[in-house]
Amino acid sequence: MARIVGIDLGTTNSLVAYMADGRPRVIPGRNERTMVPSVVAMTDNGLIVGDPAKEHLTRSPERTVYSVKRFMGKGLEDVQGELAYFPYHLTEQGGVIRIKLGEKTYSPPQISAMILKELKQRAEAYLGESITKAVITVPAYFNDSQRQATKDAGMIAGLDVLRIINEPTAASLAYGLQQKIQGTIAVYDLGGGTFDISILKLKNGIFEVLATNGDTHLGGDDFDRQIADLFVKEIREQHGLDLNAYPDHMQAVRLEAERTKIRLSDELKTTAILDLPEDNGRYSKDLTRDQLESLTMELVERTLGPCRLALKDASLTPNDIDEVVLVGGSTRMPLVRRQVQELFGKQPHCELNPDEVVALGAAVQADILSGGTTDLLLLDVTPLSLGIETMGGVMSSLIRRNTTIPASAKEMFTTYVDGQTGVDIHILQGERELVKDNRSLARFRLKVPPLPAGVPRIEVTFLIDANGILNVSARDVRTGETQSLAVKPSYGLSDDEVERMIGESFKFAADDMKARQLIEARTEAEAILMATEKALKQGSHLVGEEDLSSIRASMAAVEAAKSGSDHKAIRAKIADLEKATHHLAEVLMDTSLKEALENKKLSEIT
Amino acid sequence: MDHHTHSTAGPRELQMARSMCWHCQSEVAGEYFCDRCVKVQPVSKELDYFTCLGFPRRLTIDQRQLEAKFYDLSRAFHPDFYQNKSAAEQTISLGNSAMLNTAYRTLRDPIERAEYLLDLEAGSVKEIRNSPPAELFEEILELQDTLNEYRAAGRAPEAESPLRAKLQSERNILEQRQRDMETTLQRLFVQWDALQDRGEATDQARIERDRILKQIRENLSNRTYVKNIVSDLVSTIG
Repeated sequence: MARIVGIDLGTTNSLVAYMADGRPRVIPGRNERTMVPSVVAMTDNGLIVGDPAKEHLTRSPERTVYSVKRFMGKGLEDVQGELAYFPYHLTEQGGVIRIKLGEKTYSPPQISAMILKELKQRAEAYLGESITKAVITVPAYFNDSQRQATKDAGMIAGLDVLRIINEPTAASLAYGLQQKIQGTIAVYDLGGGTFDISILKLKNGIFEVLATNGDTHLGGDDFDRQIADLFVKEIREQHGLDLNAYPDHMQAVRLEAERTKIRLSDELKTTAILDLPEDNGRYSKDLTRDQLESLTMELVERTLGPCRLALKDASLTPNDIDEVVLVGGSTRMPLVRRQVQELFGKQPHCELNPDEVVALGAAVQADILSGGTTDLLLLDVTPLSLGIETMGGVMSSLIRRNTTIPASAKEMFTTYVDGQTGVDIHILQGERELVKDNRSLARFRLKVPPLPAGVPRIEVTFLIDANGILNVSARDVRTGETQSLAVKPSYGLSDDEVERMIGESFKFAADDMKARQLIEARTEAEAILMATEKALKQGSHLVGEEDLSSIRASMAAVEAAKSGSDHKAIRAKIADLEKATHHLAEVLMDTSLKEALENKKLSEIT
Repeated sequence: MDHHTHSTAGPRELQMARSMCWHCQSEVAGEYFCDRCVKVQPVSKELDYFTCLGFPRRLTIDQRQLEAKFYDLSRAFHPDFYQNKSAAEQTISLGNSAMLNTAYRTLRDPIERAEYLLDLEAGSVKEIRNSPPAELFEEILELQDTLNEYRAAGRAPEAESPLRAKLQSERNILEQRQRDMETTLQRLFVQWDALQDRGEATDQARIERDRILKQIRENLSNRTYVKNIVSDLVSTIG
């Protein structure tokens, strides 16, 4: 079976991992970094992803998308409260958020697909084979729409998503395998944008999730916002400047807030520095860890409620928990560690890199699916109750939260009026009594043969599969015939739309490739120009005037090609420059060799 | 309540669905896999949860054995292990896993297990009680009055505290009732299991069987009623 990779598609960073010799490993990029920033920028030369895109956050904030995970499976009304924080323009179409980049709009799954493609290419380059299958992780508390959106993103990226698994459970797989943890464990996962708590029982290779809870809108982003708000407020007070009018500076504030937060995990005091727009000089701010903790205390405390609920659902007390595991970059904050330790009354584990452990676990799950590992098995649960709308706008629950998946429920439907030919069914997810307080997942119309009221009997099966995604089927009990259902998602792309986006993705792949090649060629050009400058400084006296003028001419040619957008031209000029510097390089090499030899002789004599 | 182990469970009453393998059409004698082609077989929809997990229809079940069996069957059925198999096998794996999970969830909880057994043995039991059980009638009526009074007092501290104390003592009494009911149920479960173990087919055994089932039914429904009253009480006085 073809190799399956494990992907952690994060709010802030994403990673790809694979299994080798019974151990999961994260795949580094050419810059040796394992994390790909989950940032996509639209440039004049096409779309770019990851580290190079991150540079565009302050350069072209309105065309650079970050934290897109917050919008997966959501409508515009869901994110009204935080629209002001994002410099890019959001609209809505068909219940799905759209992000406007230049002339075109993109759905969150399309943006996520670009990040996935980057990871796919990284894995292909590293492993030297084509990658088409993946396991992708999602927050445990993601609802059906958010999971489906993630699956759509995979398809648009040209990946066959064999399994969607929950981030905390993935982390538990990595810990169970590598640290040999057993017993009842709590996984506390605080990432860039989401929070999850999962309680599991690990016994003889079975990882049974007992309960899960969380908040899909709480993470490092929110901590950064607290700090950024403070900076913006002080800048307004001290300089009479409203930074909100400067999206590029707002991004700089956000990034500096993040760096300040990170520094305060190791230091007790730090200074944040920001250049202000229009010759207003600089803003600098000393911040202590205590100050950061009072700014973020309320947010950290918000994670404790879900922890208690999960314990309650598992019928456990903190004393019953044998081990606590920390996952996600935000758990590096000392405040978070203290709060977790206080709640569970024990020192939490953080042996595995909290940024990488989810991807590692995804690779383990990928290995299980490919048949490589047969002694491990993950039994996960559905995080939210699933139900249907009944009379009076009340939700009737069919599958309770924390039910082990796969899970199914059957419901019989009939008619109330003679000759009625359809029954409308509205599927919901959530814990509240009333339909309006829960999440609408989808609607469909059950076809019924025209018969006297109460005679038709249609059995509908609601099945939550191992991905936590709902499948619905219907059967006429009288005739035994099954009927196909056209289920319309409330907050998701239709099948047709996903199909179209897959097509577009292939069409744009060529453009994207061109953009990537251009960026790579430019980076290389810059590197060789710098190296040549250095060589000239060291050895221009060692070569003739003819060589020197040819080198200078070639350098100018590379410089000129670099500002154009033809990567082939840049490559050609780089090759010319390499030829021109050939002699200089040789001479330099000889000189340094000679020097080395002379030094040696000198040292031998003395 | 399930720490008592059944060493005298007797011959397992597995009603093996003797049928044809969907794949090679040979007779399936094994538990869930065809002996000849080793393909997974769909768990029959008619199969009850006790049979599915390989336990006799008893109300006392050893939790460890139940969990071990659940883990074994999860390893046999889970979709993770069918990724490289045919679409037909994947569908069976998904259906079997979902059925297994429901069966385990039902049998793991002693009350759900008893309700399920009643349903199997005597038809649907989920009758919802609207009026208090006879022996609790007076008590419940009085409690409802006190609760109304307390709510009407609207947090006025001078009226609140004596009412609150009264409700608190009511709560203690009701919670004691709940414990008594659990004990009674426990005793009935043991009686049921003993009767099943004897396996007599006499008229007297049949009368005994109906009596136990009737009492379990009454106790379960009273228990649910009292449980709802208590949770209402707890949410009111906090």
